[in-house]
Amino acid sequence: MTSFKAMLGASAIALMATTGAAQADKLTFYCSAQEDWCQLMANSFQDATGIDVAMTRKSSGETFAQIKAESSNPKGDIWWGGTGDPHLQAAEEGLTAEYMSPMRDQLHPWAISQAESAGNKTIGIYSGALGYGYNTDLLAANNLPEPACWEDLLKPEYKGHVQMANPNSSGTAYTTLASMVQIFGEDGGFDFMKGLHANINQYTKSGSAPIKAAGRGENTIGIVFMHDAVAQAVSGFPVKVVAPCEGTGYEIGSMSIIDGARNMDSAKAFYDWALSAEAQNLALQVNAFQVPSNVGAETSQSAPDMSTIKLIDYDFKTYGSSDERKRLLKKWDDEVSILPQ
Amino acid sequence: MHQSTSDKTANPVLIFWIVAGLVGFCLLPWYGVEDFFTFEWLVDGYPLDADYAPGAFLVGQGEKLWLAPLVVPLLMPLLVLGRRKTDPIYGKILILAGALGFGWLIIQGFSIGIRGWNFDWAKALFGDLGDRQFGMGYGALICASSFLFIFTQGIAARGAVNGDVFVVSSIGGVIVIVSVFVFFPIAKMLTAAFITDDGGYSAGVFLSKFFDDRLWGLGCLTGGRCGVAWNSLFLAVLVGLITTVLGLIFALVVTRSGFRYKRALRALTVLPIITPPFVIGLALILLFGLSGSVTVFFADVFGVQPTRWLYGLPGVLIAQTLAFTPIAFLVLIGVVEGVSPSMEEAAQTLRASKWQVFKTVSLPLMRPGLANAFLLGFIESMADFGNPLVLGGNFDVLSTEIFFAIVGAQYDQGKAAVLAMVLLCFTLGAFYAQRFWLGKKSYTTVSGKGDSGVHPHMPRALSLPVLATALIWGAFTMVVYAMILYGSVVELWGVNNTLTFKHYVTAFSFRFEDAGIRWSGAAWDSFWTTLKIAAIAAPLTAIVGLITAYLLTRQSFAGKNAFEFGTMLSFAIPGTVIGVSYILAFNVPPIEITGTGIILVVSFIFRNMPVGVRAGIASMSQLDKSLDESSLTLGANSWQTFRRIILPLLKPAILAALVYSFVRAMTAISAVIFLVSAEYDMATSYIIGRVENNDYGLAIAYSTTLIFVMLAVVGLMQLIVGRTEIGRRMGQSRTNV
Repeated sequence: MTSFKAMLGASAIALMATTGAAQADKLTFYCSAQEDWCQLMANSFQDATGIDVAMTRKSSGETFAQIKAESSNPKGDIWWGGTGDPHLQAAEEGLTAEYMSPMRDQLHPWAISQAESAGNKTIGIYSGALGYGYNTDLLAANNLPEPACWEDLLKPEYKGHVQMANPNSSGTAYTTLASMVQIFGEDGGFDFMKGLHANINQYTKSGSAPIKAAGRGENTIGIVFMHDAVAQAVSGFPVKVVAPCEGTGYEIGSMSIIDGARNMDSAKAFYDWALSAEAQNLALQVNAFQVPSNVGAETSQSAPDMSTIKLIDYDFKTYGSSDERKRLLKKWDDEVSILPQ
Repeated sequence: MHQSTSDKTANPVLIFWIVAGLVGFCLLPWYGVEDFFTFEWLVDGYPLDADYAPGAFLVGQGEKLWLAPLVVPLLMPLLVLGRRKTDPIYGKILILAGALGFGWLIIQGFSIGIRGWNFDWAKALFGDLGDRQFGMGYGALICASSFLFIFTQGIAARGAVNGDVFVVSSIGGVIVIVSVFVFFPIAKMLTAAFITDDGGYSAGVFLSKFFDDRLWGLGCLTGGRCGVAWNSLFLAVLVGLITTVLGLIFALVVTRSGFRYKRALRALTVLPIITPPFVIGLALILLFGLSGSVTVFFADVFGVQPTRWLYGLPGVLIAQTLAFTPIAFLVLIGVVEGVSPSMEEAAQTLRASKWQVFKTVSLPLMRPGLANAFLLGFIESMADFGNPLVLGGNFDVLSTEIFFAIVGAQYDQGKAAVLAMVLLCFTLGAFYAQRFWLGKKSYTTVSGKGDSGVHPHMPRALSLPVLATALIWGAFTMVVYAMILYGSVVELWGVNNTLTFKHYVTAFSFRFEDAGIRWSGAAWDSFWTTLKIAAIAAPLTAIVGLITAYLLTRQSFAGKNAFEFGTMLSFAIPGTVIGVSYILAFNVPPIEITGTGIILVVSFIFRNMPVGVRAGIASMSQLDKSLDESSLTLGANSWQTFRRIILPLLKPAILAALVYSFVRAMTAISAVIFLVSAEYDMATSYIIGRVENNDYGLAIAYSTTLIFVMLAVVGLMQLIVGRTEIGRRMGQSRTNV
């Protein structure tokens, strides 16, 4: 039965975890990006600062659930990576702390606006556009035309060939739903979802599952974030990535400091470091194809070229709020998911 | 633990627990100490430093004064040392001391936390505390145990369960640990079902979530989709039935046929249980998926369009049957072996045909085994998470819905709690149905009287289909595992089939250096942690499980049914719920164990204990009570009887419990995913991370390695535990257990 030892008399927020006498600084790092990227970030930060990093990797939903469960006695210090919605949700519920980084002026405007919409309790570290990918072998085997737009996916010949995640369980799919509402208007967006429903062969639980199924030849077209589709193609699967012609929504991968972090100074040091161009360039060493938020950071050669993608002006503040999310999901549940396929 | 006779005045057990209580209070650090077993705290300010001080030193220095009242119940039992056990004062004082001490520990633990008072009303009443406390440590733990066992000795002295100290203490111990590690966290989680959006409590919220059409809809009868509750129930009943039948078939082949490759068959049936999650699912996809080799083969030969038939009920059913048949087999093998041959021989002597013997004697005697196997299959299927996730398609079940209610885009803990309750109701229902079916009949077949018969072979009409089914299923299992092995040595499974060992090298490379071996592979950290945690959890699980089974079959006491249900509860709840509820319950004092290895061990013990309990009950209900009675008559106490008579006859059950808990500790995922920490990462969560990252090769190579490691460990356990020698006439009918 163990626990941490705290210096009595310290204020409740600045609970400093110390082990006996003087020891190196520590950082408990919750990571929601892919495993090798998380490892690389943890090791590089440790090398750069000498701060001891203990890293745990979980999906953003799992991490959110954990931070919420731990909120009365926070164990983590910083939460880096993963799609923006759970970060926004955590900010809304007061699970994360406000911080103004001196690095902010080096960032793209979309990263700053993510921070501002959450009262500076989170910040953008990368972005990735929504799109879809298809298995070229299966498309050819079934004599299907190559799709290029969102509307193409509604064509009857794709019946049973399209897969997306269930918006109730996946942030990716919720972004899809919210993007369609923003591209086609609320009625048009839901009409699109209804039409798509007829062609869907399965609503998966996890956001990137549709494109993984496409990679393995278990599905033809998967609606996912484009960097996930690129990762499949780079891994050697016959997947082609499509940036839909009508324009598309995007996610902002985010970072937040956990409210009541025991190693607040280390957390802030990580925060500033993770926004630097040098830290963001680490993505090039692993198969991460998102667009970094630091203006000076490089984007991978294989990543989808953001300049050729028509991005909509995604309203994170509105569509990231829990009220709007609940409303849209309920509407999708009541009007779309019950339709016959 | 000894039971002293009542004429002695100084009771050694009582003295032991009084001394233990004092040691806990006066010598050991009261609060939790990081890295306790390095004993660095001994030279780091102990005993005066507040972090390491024992309770007595804290109070002596005027700190944590709320611990001071504990002195009274600690010293109170000293008063009775001179008294006889039969003296009513003896029992009364012990009960009072134990209850006061234990009660006060709980009250202070929950009232005062890391931010002072935990309750607003306490703050209003007593004012600001100006102090706080952290999680309890070994001092508090031993103190609490001392109070508990002093209390149970008091109860025993008052005449409960014939004054049997061992039995009363075991019951008390099991009740307390089950309450702390099962009821408490689950209750904490389930209250979420009644919490409204703005933080209040309301039954209306619960009812509206409970009667949701998505849960109970019957659309599938009219061509639509059914509610998740029905899906889960239907699937679980099917899986329960099929695994029980297959388990029985394998048990019959192994014990009652002339089949020559029994050992190979046994090994084969155990394979799926030692397979990490997702791997069977992936192998099935590569065989039967849209682009699977079998599907493509049939499409080419017969010219049919490949379909996605695997995704949904069929796929989940196949995967779960593969995965859970071994559990049914492990439960049934002990029972089928235990059926007394002399009864069968008696029937044969009375001119019953082989078939009649099987149908009217052997099969009815196997009922406890069949019922327990069905119950386990049913519950496993209900709580299974990995297979529905990979193969479920649009066939939603409760366990995945619960997971995504918590981690998905809705963050709806209340919905998860309601779904968990529904799942719990089903399990409860199955549990009582099983009790009803077994009824009050006796299934005792191993009695003290010499029984040296030989099991007859199955009737021919039965043995042919049984053998055929066993062989077909065995072959199918072999194909699946060949696929898995193959997947670990190709470049990219299903796409690039160049043979390579690079996945093994990445995961498990090591090199020799001056300082010894350097484990440079990526998987070593999680591998060693997993092995360590599983090795600690397995024996503890078996001990707790078998003691509980012993209490349930051999002792009668008030509230036995509730007790039995309580021990089954944690198994019936999906790991996700356990995981989150453990974080909610054990992240804050008085018990603060998140982020440690302890929380993993504890979660494994209480998740897997029910299998030990079930296997123990099934085996023990076959042992005649007269065995215990003759032992007791000959002067042994109940502990000696348990140790010398029952335990040796329980070797199959012990093995089942050990193997199962070890293996599950290495392959469990859904609870673990919330409980792993940077320092204690488990193999399965590492594997999932690789799968998410498209590193199928590495994930499968790691899984394959785990399979071989577990095979080795299971073999080792068989050697250590040994086999039960039930006297049977001829050696060749005996099988390895």
